Amino acid sequence: MSKGKYGEFGGQYVPETLMHELHRLEDAYEYYKQDPQFKEELHSLLCNYANRPSILYYAEKMTNDLGGAKVYLKREDLNHTGSHKINNVLGQVLLAKRMGKKRIIAETGAGQHGVAAATGAALLGMECEVFMGVKDTERQALNVYRMELLGAKVHPVNTGTGTLKDAINEAMRNWTTRVDDTAYVIGSVMGPHPYPMMVRDFQSVISKEAREQILKAEGKLPDAVLACVGGGSNAMGMFYNFIPDREVRLIGCEAAGRGVNTAQTAATIATGKLGVFHGMKSYFCQNRYGQIAPVYSISAGLDYPGIGPEHAYLYKTGRAQYEPITDDEAVDAFEYLARTEGIICAIESAHAVAYARKLAPTMRKDQSMIICISGRGDKDVAAIARYRGRNITE
Amino acid sequence: MNRIGKAFENGKAFIGFLTAGDPSLEKTEEFALEMVRAGCDLIELGIPFSDPIAEGPVIQQADLRSLSAGTTTDKVFQMAADLRSKTEIPLVFMTYYNPVFSYGNERFFARCKESGMDGIIVPDLPFEEKGEITEIAAKNGVKVISMIAPTSQERIRMIAKESEGFLYVVSSLGVTGVRTEIETDLDSILKIVRENTDTPAAVGFGISTPEQAAKIGQIADGVIVGSAIEKLIAKDGPEAGKEIYAYVKSMKDALKRI
Repeated sequence: MSKGKYGEFGGQYVPETLMHELHRLEDAYEYYKQDPQFKEELHSLLCNYANRPSILYYAEKMTNDLGGAKVYLKREDLNHTGSHKINNVLGQVLLAKRMGKKRIIAETGAGQHGVAAATGAALLGMECEVFMGVKDTERQALNVYRMELLGAKVHPVNTGTGTLKDAINEAMRNWTTRVDDTAYVIGSVMGPHPYPMMVRDFQSVISKEAREQILKAEGKLPDAVLACVGGGSNAMGMFYNFIPDREVRLIGCEAAGRGVNTAQTAATIATGKLGVFHGMKSYFCQNRYGQIAPVYSISAGLDYPGIGPEHAYLYKTGRAQYEPITDDEAVDAFEYLARTEGIICAIESAHAVAYARKLAPTMRKDQSMIICISGRGDKDVAAIARYRGRNITE
Repeated sequence: MNRIGKAFENGKAFIGFLTAGDPSLEKTEEFALEMVRAGCDLIELGIPFSDPIAEGPVIQQADLRSLSAGTTTDKVFQMAADLRSKTEIPLVFMTYYNPVFSYGNERFFARCKESGMDGIIVPDLPFEEKGEITEIAAKNGVKVISMIAPTSQERIRMIAKESEGFLYVVSSLGVTGVRTEIETDLDSILKIVRENTDTPAAVGFGISTPEQAAKIGQIADGVIVGSAIEKLIAKDGPEAGKEIYAYVKSMKDALKRI
């Protein structure tokens, strides 16, 4: 009788205090996703505010340089607020408003979802509080200030490892204290049902557009679609409308950090095992007693010990493959895309670019691939400079 | 023979919580025996978890202290079995689902039986998901304790109907931890509970003083206290035994006066 399952994955593993509200949210979502007025309002915000549709860019120089498949970039970095996160936030904040909520809370890793949530709240006139690991507030100080400029209150989270998973713990705890007037706007395809489904639906606009765009440009479907995966929201959005197209390879690129054979990794599929955490059954990095492992990646947005349940299902059933990418490979790809195409992408997205650099040369010139550039890299510039041994102040 | 029923035969029950392994497993056993001596009716042993999302700061820190001291699920089972050899008090585990699941449900509940555990509370296994463990727990004579929250509303009835052992009624919104006021309309919740089950109902979250215990004891079958005890351990560490005894005694005395 448990709902929101993808095979054995998913579910609603949360304290009883939240169950009534999760059912309310599910009912409201099921109702409004059919409601023409809600759909029209969301569509209008996506087009007139968030800058959709995002372009599908043919990366000709990169294609020629790699010497194989044609490389297309789905430019989510050009969205308002600088990442794909706004697609989901506008949907959830609009829904929260319909449900009569006055306040939204959100967790954030790199700060992209926090900034998007703060933006949505400012636009739609809601209070916003964002929970962010204390370590992430330091490495993403620019985004903390952006959130504050947008009127949000940022709570640095000191517990545990001071990163994304702790921010989610704290957001969930906070939600249980004010479940009546507060909506928890989760930023990824994770957490208890209905979040993985709802966030996927809101993000699926990425592949809906990309599928039409590539058919127009190439006259046929791509051979591969690539996206970085932490919790997995841009990847789920990028994959979703291609899932029925069995000939399209779906490739998620997870953060290997310093390598999957080290403890400093966040590659859940490569190193995790089945477990139950943050409301869902999925794969998690954990020790043999089920204690959640501290994870590491240069990318704050991928620094998460789990993966959304639908990804776990796509992996288990063989429909998608997941490849670990190290910090070194991601930083190289970050610099490569900047020099080759003049695009400074988010360090998260650079994980997908890194795998594309390996894959494209092995493919034929009449084949094509799409990489989801999930966000822009302004926020990462100082950290990359540090990685290369230069200290710059923002 | 399951012992949980006995906890409610001695007037209003006092249920005390200890994070196993804080500051050490030897001390947990000692503290548990102090609680028994002071009149505690049932002990919840917390198997520490790295990310306890239903806990406030006091129990979060207790979990971290315990894990840093090297506590593992295997060691908690050994301590529980040792404790069981010294007392017949009803014992239940309180933990999150991942430590159970990763241990293997079959193996976990078989070891519960071996160690003489009577029940288990898993806050992140709500009614809809408890099917993961109900059968295997029953096979091993372990009662699965269900929780009811201030937000449960129409859910109270179905939860109560399938309850066993005792019902854990969450007093307030939010996480565990000391509160000065409890504003939830517990009367109405307990009324619906009693219309639907004979399972005893104990109230927890935020209870710390004998006055609160006496007040809640008038309407519930027992009170559950965790953070207030863990605070004593955070303060006095290995020396907390005496204070725990005095505190539990004061709480049980207040319940006896009802």
